[in-house]
Amino acid sequence: MSLKGKVAIAGLGQTRQGKVYDRSYVGFAVEAVQLALADAGLEREDLDGLLLNPGLAWGTAAMGSFMLQQALGLRDLKLQATMNIGGATAGAMIQHAALAIAAGMCTTVACVFSDRPLKSPEEQKNRSGGKEGSAASYAFARGLDAAYGHFGVNAMYALIARRHMHTYGTTQDHLGAVAVAQRQWANKNPAAQLRDVPLTLADYHASRWVVEPFHMLDCCLVSNGGVAVIVTSAERARALKKPPVYIWGMGQGHPGGEPAETLVSGAPLASSTAFRMAEITPADVQLCELYDCYTFTALVTLEDYGFCGKGEGGPFVAAGHTAPGGSLPVNTGGGQLSSSYMWGMTPIAEAVVQARGEGGERQVPRRDVVLVSGNGGLLSTHTTLVLSPLPA
Amino acid sequence: MSTDPKPPRPVPEGDEQLAPYFAAAKDGRLVVQRCSDCGALRFPPRDICSSCLGVGAEWVDVSGRGEIFSYNVMHQVYHPAFASEVPYAVVVVKLAEGPKMISNLLDCPVDAIRIGMPVEVVFEPTTERVTLPKFRPV
Repeated sequence: MSLKGKVAIAGLGQTRQGKVYDRSYVGFAVEAVQLALADAGLEREDLDGLLLNPGLAWGTAAMGSFMLQQALGLRDLKLQATMNIGGATAGAMIQHAALAIAAGMCTTVACVFSDRPLKSPEEQKNRSGGKEGSAASYAFARGLDAAYGHFGVNAMYALIARRHMHTYGTTQDHLGAVAVAQRQWANKNPAAQLRDVPLTLADYHASRWVVEPFHMLDCCLVSNGGVAVIVTSAERARALKKPPVYIWGMGQGHPGGEPAETLVSGAPLASSTAFRMAEITPADVQLCELYDCYTFTALVTLEDYGFCGKGEGGPFVAAGHTAPGGSLPVNTGGGQLSSSYMWGMTPIAEAVVQARGEGGERQVPRRDVVLVSGNGGLLSTHTTLVLSPLPA
Repeated sequence: MSTDPKPPRPVPEGDEQLAPYFAAAKDGRLVVQRCSDCGALRFPPRDICSSCLGVGAEWVDVSGRGEIFSYNVMHQVYHPAFASEVPYAVVVVKLAEGPKMISNLLDCPVDAIRIGMPVEVVFEPTTERVTLPKFRPV
């Protein structure tokens, strides 16, 4: 039994993202769902499933999806879950929604992410910690790490990136090439946080170090906001307002062990399932929306999907393949480095925009096979989606 | 050495699972856990062996020798105890016996650190009660 083309994304809702403070994290989630429903031409009553990936601001709220159900005034849901496998969650939500729809458990599922890690200047003034709740939210330490001054996801990823540089000869220029290519895309995206900020390789090298080998411009943005995606059956999607974006293939890969040793993400595992279902090979992929918590993550993901040899991600990007006009457009809205950081929802949202042909100045001409990746932990969890505007 | 009052390093002194590790370090010994069932060495400590899922374990001495597996250089200050230390390196040491440890490298400028560099343990008294194992180039 293949699900290829049986389920589709029918609605996309994105709140304003970045340094926006006019909603709580629940408020951003509610607004995103409203926008997605309007986009699809659906009413609130049409929803019978709700999946939530709670961002950091949701804290330890164990039942965020129920909080959101109440906030949205939704009744008689037939599917609900609060999910978290880091940056791979957005893809996983869509997969679980698709499976539940195919199984007949429900018909129309909202998959939602929201976060509000940034405090307004006013909020910062009113609390003693000053910067708490800002990007520092990502600066947790595990076990003994803090005693050695090892804080945060940036520092953990830096250790893996350094291994990649040592093993394969990846250079700072290679990492910079990812940042520059994605900024070129962002410069064409009206919604990108850094739309109006051009970037050269020299600018990249001049940006401050956060933790070597990562400059500030190797690290994704930190953003407030929300994104919601409505998933429904292909048949139902065809009757709605927007052209369906069909799910051709989907898969997950969570390799375990030590990614710092293997330098391989979950992409090979996840894509083997997704590509088989979609009946494609890497050569068929026309554009990619890849999870890019760091420049390094995008680079290693390109390798792991087989768009270049293992260890050759740096030269591949430096040759311009992923930039506007290149042979394999990657992160065409600017990605999480230059547009907005909505965890795995950023790549999914841009994939929907491109697959529908709604990309405006940044629209790529070939959009029949769109690859979307999600990645969580330290190259530890991975989801693959293959999307298309064509039913099969 | 600066005499300015500096906030103490965040050391998980109360961590029961790490108590034997801290006791050994105070004593000038580096120890890791060994699974009583399959003999696999592990660090940081766990209740149950992730290789064979065996429950029993003992703490055993290791040589304190190893090599730099990876490293980063911290520039951003995440904790006031490190404000006067940036930029400083955090290293992952792969011990000769296999397990890896997050640590710091003493007696080595950050731009001289290389992956594969041989290192050995040194014990640095950090608070009155805690001595932290660190490393230096051999």
